[in-house]
Amino acid sequence: MTAARAAGAGLLAVLVLQPLIPLGGIRQYVLHVAIQIFIWSFIGSAWSLMGRFGLVSIGHGAFLGVGAYTTVLLWNFFGVTPWLGSLAAAAAAVLLAVVIGIPCFRFRVVGHYFALVTLALGEVIRLLIIAERDWTAGSLGLTLKAAGGDSVWAAQFADKQVFYYGSLAAFLAGLWIWRHVDRGMARAALEAIGEDETAAASVGIRVTRFKLGITVLSAGLTSVGGSLYAQYLTYVNPDTLSGIGVSLKIVFAVVLGGMYSLFGPLVGTALTTALSEGLRIAFGLRFLGMADTIYGLLLMIFIIFLPAGIYGSISDARARRRAAPAKGAIA
Amino acid sequence: MEPIFFLEAAINGILLGGVLALLALGLNLIFGVLDVVWVSYVDLVMLCMYAVYFAVSVYGWPIWAGALLALAAGALLGIAVHLLIISPILTSAPINQFLATGGLLFFLQSFATFLWTTDHRSVRLALPSWEVGGIFLPATRIIPFAISILAVVGLYLFLTRTYIGTAIRAVSQDRDAMALMGANPRHIYLVTSAVGGLMAGLAGTLLSFQYAAHPFFGGQFGPLTFMICVLGGLGNMVGAFVASFIMSEVIAMGGVIMSTEMGYVIAFVIFIVMMFVRPGGILARRE
Repeated sequence: MTAARAAGAGLLAVLVLQPLIPLGGIRQYVLHVAIQIFIWSFIGSAWSLMGRFGLVSIGHGAFLGVGAYTTVLLWNFFGVTPWLGSLAAAAAAVLLAVVIGIPCFRFRVVGHYFALVTLALGEVIRLLIIAERDWTAGSLGLTLKAAGGDSVWAAQFADKQVFYYGSLAAFLAGLWIWRHVDRGMARAALEAIGEDETAAASVGIRVTRFKLGITVLSAGLTSVGGSLYAQYLTYVNPDTLSGIGVSLKIVFAVVLGGMYSLFGPLVGTALTTALSEGLRIAFGLRFLGMADTIYGLLLMIFIIFLPAGIYGSISDARARRRAAPAKGAIA
Repeated sequence: MEPIFFLEAAINGILLGGVLALLALGLNLIFGVLDVVWVSYVDLVMLCMYAVYFAVSVYGWPIWAGALLALAAGALLGIAVHLLIISPILTSAPINQFLATGGLLFFLQSFATFLWTTDHRSVRLALPSWEVGGIFLPATRIIPFAISILAVVGLYLFLTRTYIGTAIRAVSQDRDAMALMGANPRHIYLVTSAVGGLMAGLAGTLLSFQYAAHPFFGGQFGPLTFMICVLGGLGNMVGAFVASFIMSEVIAMGGVIMSTEMGYVIAFVIFIVMMFVRPGGILARRE
């Protein structure tokens, strides 16, 4: 355990010191890729809070879109600082989660049906953003109004290093929350609910309350991820931030890594980011669509042959190897 | 606003509903029998639309030959998707099934972009348009509607009057019991996927009368199609048929009163609310 901890501390030290490494011309690019990985694994962790208990949402783009657009619109039209704006956005996402969650859990909308309701929600938010074109500029997307240079008030920084540390902090906070839920009472309750709702209710677990709690937490964090991403890119677009495409990409990354393990979302996001960046560099603009073709193909292959995810499969195998001699001893 | 606009929108809604019904029935058949959601069903339709486009507009085939090509392509694609993707994950968790067919969605969309770029390609057919009481009824909408209804009736007769159709319905009711009766579910699954693909081919042909083929066509109709299936009740053919017309009317009327996007928003909100009040589908009996 101490060895693992030392390795973790060492890795963290590398991550913290990484921006100081002189990388010359590619420094900005390395930072950019790292920021993308941190933000999307934070969002992936938020998704997996629900996903691991059988609450499979394929509409997290809704919360992402609410987070990003609320922050940007409040800043562009009312000059509200994104620090407050992202809180307002998270509140809006939480409200949305409550409005959808209460009837879903009261009426026992589960499995396929829950997935489809969330899918419809994601599409509703995407279409609303497009429909309100006077505010949001529709499908063209919206650019964050520039504050003119670095500004803490506007949360805009020319140097990627600031966003590097910001997204690293968010990512670590996401891990901490995930672990906190994993070790708390809520986990046992939610697992029982995931296995059998009726049985869970019969032993006194408040099914609706627990499910709603985890949904609200997941939605709020996803919204924060959306705000952070919008501040970083200074541009928002309904097709990249809400709707079925991005929702599926969040789920893909998490399932690829393994949704039952702490570092699953990180491993999955790092892999999908490396894959798409690698394919983008390899093909560039020459073969339009080739990168995503290979991406889709690999995803299908992974889902069919490694259903527990990459990190999940490795840790399963390790656990089995560790468990094997013990079983032998008992026999 | 003048009432004639509403009447026109209502008629357009009905005409759209016929084609949506065809899409929804094909997907619902697979949904009901295999208990797997083909997230990428409408992307198969998109490929069939390209087949019609290339046959008719590029190689100058007559439209019926293009339609036959699309039907064959649809059936083969249905079989291929079943054998390559669905059958290995038939017993996996629903999320993995969602994701595998979702991966197919990414794959087909980007592969189509790679092969044919994002240009919109439409089959230009010289067909007449009739005017009835100030409302224009273009043949490009009337003919697909009529053929859709015929196909829906045909599918109904196939499922109720033929031996294999009865077997398909039996599997959708209880797949374990059916296996005990000596039927081979694998065979039934394959036939169902082929028939579902055939429907996709027909839908592709009919849609290419009025819509241009482009790689992201699936995104336009995909989510709507499986919402209609769920709204009608999984495996419930009559329910899916009714739901198609409800959704198409909502979209058409919402489009006239507000905007196209708002029409879809209202349709999706109705879907969400219906999931709460009637999860078994609009025609399901209350338990």
